[in-house]
Amino acid sequence: MFDVAEAAVEGALAAGATYADARAMVQATEGLGARNGVLERLAQNESAGVGVRALIGSSWGFFATPDPDGARRAGEEAAAIAKASAVVAGPPVELADVGVAQAHWDSGWQEHPFEVALSERGDLLVDVTATMKSVAGVGVASAHMHAWDTQKWFVSSQGHRISQHLVECGTSMEATAVGESETQRRSYGGIGGIWGTRGYEMVRESDLAGNAQRVGEEAVALLSADECPSGVTDLVLGREQLALQIHESVGHAIELDRILGWEAAFAGTSFLDLRELGRFKYGSELMNITADATLPGALGSFGYDDEGTPAQRVDIVKDGIWVGVLSGRDSAHVAGLPPGGMVRGDGWNRLPMVRMTNVGLVPGDSSLEEIIAATDDGVYMETNRSWSIDDKRLNFQFGCEMGYEVKNGKRGRLLRNPTYTGITPQFWASLDMLGGADEWVFWGTPNCGKGQPQQYGHTGHPAVPGRFRGVRVGVRSR
Amino acid sequence: MIDPLETAERLVELVGDRAEAEAACSTGRSALTRFANSSIHQNVADDFVWARLRVSVGGRLASAGTDRPTDGGLERLVERTLAAAEMRAVDPEWPGLAPPAPAPETRSYDAATHLADPALRAAVVREFVDAGADLRAAGYVDSNGSQSAFANSAGQRLRGRSSSSTIEAIHRTSTSDGRGWQSSSRLADIDGAAAGRTAAEKARRGDDLVDIEPGRYEVVLEPFCVANMLEFLRDGFNARTFEEDRSFVKLGARQLDRALTLWDDATDPRAISRGFDAEGTPKRRVGLVHEGVSLALCHDRKTAAKAGVESTGHAFGGDAGGIATNLFMAPGTQSVEQLVAGVERGLLVTEFWYTRILDPKTQVVTGLTRNGTFLIEGGQIVGGVPNLRFTQSYVDALAPGNVVAVADDARLFDGTYHVPTVRLASWNFTGGAKG
Repeated sequence: MFDVAEAAVEGALAAGATYADARAMVQATEGLGARNGVLERLAQNESAGVGVRALIGSSWGFFATPDPDGARRAGEEAAAIAKASAVVAGPPVELADVGVAQAHWDSGWQEHPFEVALSERGDLLVDVTATMKSVAGVGVASAHMHAWDTQKWFVSSQGHRISQHLVECGTSMEATAVGESETQRRSYGGIGGIWGTRGYEMVRESDLAGNAQRVGEEAVALLSADECPSGVTDLVLGREQLALQIHESVGHAIELDRILGWEAAFAGTSFLDLRELGRFKYGSELMNITADATLPGALGSFGYDDEGTPAQRVDIVKDGIWVGVLSGRDSAHVAGLPPGGMVRGDGWNRLPMVRMTNVGLVPGDSSLEEIIAATDDGVYMETNRSWSIDDKRLNFQFGCEMGYEVKNGKRGRLLRNPTYTGITPQFWASLDMLGGADEWVFWGTPNCGKGQPQQYGHTGHPAVPGRFRGVRVGVRSR
Repeated sequence: MIDPLETAERLVELVGDRAEAEAACSTGRSALTRFANSSIHQNVADDFVWARLRVSVGGRLASAGTDRPTDGGLERLVERTLAAAEMRAVDPEWPGLAPPAPAPETRSYDAATHLADPALRAAVVREFVDAGADLRAAGYVDSNGSQSAFANSAGQRLRGRSSSSTIEAIHRTSTSDGRGWQSSSRLADIDGAAAGRTAAEKARRGDDLVDIEPGRYEVVLEPFCVANMLEFLRDGFNARTFEEDRSFVKLGARQLDRALTLWDDATDPRAISRGFDAEGTPKRRVGLVHEGVSLALCHDRKTAAKAGVESTGHAFGGDAGGIATNLFMAPGTQSVEQLVAGVERGLLVTEFWYTRILDPKTQVVTGLTRNGTFLIEGGQIVGGVPNLRFTQSYVDALAPGNVVAVADDARLFDGTYHVPTVRLASWNFTGGAKG
């Protein structure tokens, strides 16, 4: 498939591009879903094509086709599209330098998910949903599994020639209890499941079967739990909820294309000002965030990004001070920074753009139980149920599936509909306890939406539990 | 050149008598011109083809898809789908295939939009940017077109096509953004200058910011917001959600204000759609709410069979149930200016952003305002307001007695919702830039 990508690049250059690159891809996916003890969804898809970028003046032109014989024409189309942008031109785009690599990278796996019998995978989901549904009061029990096998061939007009083979998979399950006037959901895993750049061993390790009964019982228990009280209190967040907090209030805020205004009309901008890089106080001294695409098995890991920049670890927040961004070659040049190797496209037919890699917390030295024991009056919340944040990544509101009142260092009554809200830097400044390395998990989100047309990115978020002081909880609709 | 109906028929032929089969194929082009800081920075297009197959081997179901319909791709698709079906348990609720039936012709295809030259989109962007003069502009203009077809082993054969074009963009001052948007099946209908003038006016008007406290306010919600409300509410009319007791809908009950009448109709000339759903069932008009009374649900073949009714042609694929994708809300008789003039103290809201539902049964949603939020006092807009967070049940907001008025400005949003501006008695704002 290198020849397909090369033809696309040659076509773009012949049509006037000053720089061009192309990604030829072959991807196979398998998705299974069970509901109430019945395997409902079994979908196997195959996709292949080539997408080519052509740089002319101040705009990227991009064209993608599923027809490998049309690769050269795709390059010519990409260049024509870039030329059409001159009607509304801006400053010329320049690219930060990266070394020219010719390489192959494999994500590695112990057990390829496609080599595990469909019947075995399906039976697991059927069994756990049957278990959850067997709990009196559970109305809907569902479980899902998804696997991706992606092969990419990247060629640039500067001489890059990189192939990669990534295997990713994950699983999730949830139980919904239906009450008279509301529903309550309890799920297992992190942000909508457990996801990684790993093989089926990830699913085996997740122990769905060992947790199904508990998940069903907790969903039902929530229906009769007390509502989370409203007020300002100390908030302890479970590590999977903190992973999403990182994604929404740090990961997106540090995307350099947002900071530069390139995403203003859709995803938004950022409250961060590049002039404050290196001195803005993002959070307390416990807040240390890195973007690390080299973490083995994490969902945002790879060998080279879709511009041919090697995966790397970049400091984002150090001792509470903002020190880094997520960047690509064009945005990095504008900002005068080295490119971070954080540009990826969702499939062959989407323009690569700045995406989170594995943006996560460096662990502290405490533990969830120590944090709770040190809390006199607060709420502990687990597992996300809803999330919302403004277009500058400042004002957020999260809802979790379950909460516990914490009094005098002990977990007390179960709480339903726990929500909390805050303003990003004030919230992170209130972080005063953080779980340690023993509790550090690489959570992942396989559905981060960005760009127009919309595309979905796989991002990773290493996280531990943490405590935040003086947070508003229990936001009501009436 | 791939013919969608020939491809769909070939899939059914390859399955033969080994299973019941339904196949679909679509081909087309998507193109989008994106701009920020008043210049085009991302200009993209792709040709696509997608072939999808679902089989039932004695009630054992599986589905698969491919964008590689040549060089043995269809044959591979058939074999792996049949193999996957063999390991499934029989679905006792499998309703069988849609019988042959003609589909209504829809009138939402424009060839010039399907294959629009990027220069045409760039010209619309130019108009939008120029309308804002010294303001910074950001947004997109797109043009899309597709041809699709359906075939099954019961003999159903259908062709369809549609096109769409949208401009959604903002003008920005140093403190305020304003949105302009238009949606049509034709790129030629998109007036970049008009959208730009709207966006610029909102941005400039919002520059004088008035700080207000969160709380309950009367609101005038523009179509962008109303469309967002229907995006959540339509799930209540999904027969699957209803059957699982997760819906807010109570059929026959007046749950919404008498001023509201809602229906779904892909056959309306103002809609953008083909004339059949993912299972090959012809589309038709379905009245969902009449003067506040919840009337009916949207079905696919499975939920319809369980309910003892006919499918309404709202299958979306898989077991998603019935999803309304061409929603209409009946307009009122007053102008938007008249709605605003009637507000003693309240807010005019252009857009909802990052809305997330907390519970489908209560329809409590949290989200934020964006791109033009204004304070109304004594029937006059007196200034812009910083973006506010809300936590509000959409059903409660539209409940009997809560819809003060509906405007006469209904128009198509996002190719899916044809809705007007509404004035509501109360909306719960729970936070702002300070928390």
